[in-house]
Amino acid sequence: MEVPILKQGEVLIATIQAALTDNDLRTFRSALLDHVVRSRSRGIVIDVTALDVLDSFGTRTLSEIALMTRLRGAETIIVGVQPEVAFAMVQLGLTLEGVTTALDLEEGLAYLNRKAKNLRS
Amino acid sequence: MFDEVIVPISSDLDIVAARQNARSMAAKLGFAPIDQTLIATAISELARNIVRYAQHGEILLKVIEAKNSSRGGLMVVARDEGPGILNTQQALEDGYSTSGSLGLGLPGAKRLMDEFEISSAVGKGTTVTVKKWLKSL
Amino acid sequence: MQTRDRLSVDASTAELLRELVAHLRQNRTQLREEWAQRITEAQLLTAMTKEEVFAEATSVYDNYVEALSTGTFEALQAYARNLSERIIPRGVETHEVVGIVLLLRDVLARSLFGKYRDNFDKLNRILDAYEPAANRIANTVAVGFVQERERIIRQQQEAIRELSTPVLQVRERLLILPIIGVIDSQRARQLTEQLLRGIRTTRAKVVVIDITGVAAMDATVANHLVQTVEASRLLGATVIVTGLSPEIAQTLVNIGVDLGKMNTVGDLQGGIEQAERLLGYKVIPVVELSATT
Repeated sequence: MEVPILKQGEVLIATIQAALTDNDLRTFRSALLDHVVRSRSRGIVIDVTALDVLDSFGTRTLSEIALMTRLRGAETIIVGVQPEVAFAMVQLGLTLEGVTTALDLEEGLAYLNRKAKNLRS
Repeated sequence: MFDEVIVPISSDLDIVAARQNARSMAAKLGFAPIDQTLIATAISELARNIVRYAQHGEILLKVIEAKNSSRGGLMVVARDEGPGILNTQQALEDGYSTSGSLGLGLPGAKRLMDEFEISSAVGKGTTVTVKKWLKSL
Repeated sequence: MQTRDRLSVDASTAELLRELVAHLRQNRTQLREEWAQRITEAQLLTAMTKEEVFAEATSVYDNYVEALSTGTFEALQAYARNLSERIIPRGVETHEVVGIVLLLRDVLARSLFGKYRDNFDKLNRILDAYEPAANRIANTVAVGFVQERERIIRQQQEAIRELSTPVLQVRERLLILPIIGVIDSQRARQLTEQLLRGIRTTRAKVVVIDITGVAAMDATVANHLVQTVEASRLLGATVIVTGLSPEIAQTLVNIGVDLGKMNTVGDLQGGIEQAERLLGYKVIPVVELSATT
């Protein structure tokens, strides 16, 4: 299953679906980085609204993506973590520390826009 | 509803199947949505262990009843005939890393469930049994 | 006791059960009629119409005999839960379900007395075979019904919990969670769940958790507080903790929390002001305001 990655201006938006396997996630990570390099995006929003479970592997992958995109001068924001999923994550000590988070796509884009504006001014 | 389901585990897809099965069983039993997520997450970790370290194994999901009451619960047995764990105590203590590549997911499963048992022998395999009980009304 | 799936019987008992099942199948119509009549006489299942009672009686009878025939109770358990799901909304109660199953057991037992009345020894052996199975069936059905009831009650409790939340929305994007008194681990968990859901539904960006009213916290509850802050962040919300007493501050430090990293303000008022600043509201003292009019 492929994760759709859309381009909106300087921002990439990726929407993760529910039944994603570990392999799909790995493929997504490569594809996303590819995109980041090719499109020189400044920001990436990864929407995990559809994920009903975010376990150690999923969290680690997201952290890695955030780190790797930062090395490329882009910021990744994770949005759409469900309340129950957030609860389970912190129980496991998976806090996505150092990774920016926002409530949903709207908030995520607003954050990136503000950031871009601040950089320009 | 079936009271017992066995999910063979040998690939990534099976990890997803295992946790989806677990979620629906937990839902039918009456577990609150949040507990369903905790159970599904624990199973995801256990199933992944099997795929990563033993390549093949199975996850048994079973509806259980408490010994001296009719309180219900869900039991999960993750079995494999893989390399086994030399020091289970340490495996539990080492803890899960938030960013590292270590972490067998065992401490995670233990935290999310109510009961946890592990037996493992090097060269023979590993069996992890976890249980979650419905809260008393 | 873990429910065993199969009632273990020896060969002769199995033979007797087969004979018994054959008899029950042969006399199905008559026995079912007798049973339905007894149900009416006992004034059970009054919430259902006669046709409904007959339809359910038929499937209960068949499932009952099937369980006797196979010696396994999994199918019966599934059926019992299914049946319960249907009749509980109709207002059928536990004593009615237990009652009708016991009546069926009696009707069938009496039928056996009738058939084997000339062979006392055979009757004894048949009853020896029948009784454990019949009791197991009654138990299975009753427990299935009770479990289904409990499942529904849990659902309702969950719904009530969602409605009665202590999470207050004081402004757009700002939530306050005042905690008062003693909190145990379970309550702490409930509050966390409610807060997280509240953040999602109100799209809150800042949350003020006020623990002025909390005297002390043990390490477990303190951990829940930290987890609540972390989980809220995952939903994009910043948490400000207000009213932190020196004792609780110490507890947090003891469990390894870096208080420097936690957003804390002395009192609730101060916390709300900081929250408003974070949200971009300009906080103007009242005196200044009246001076400009």
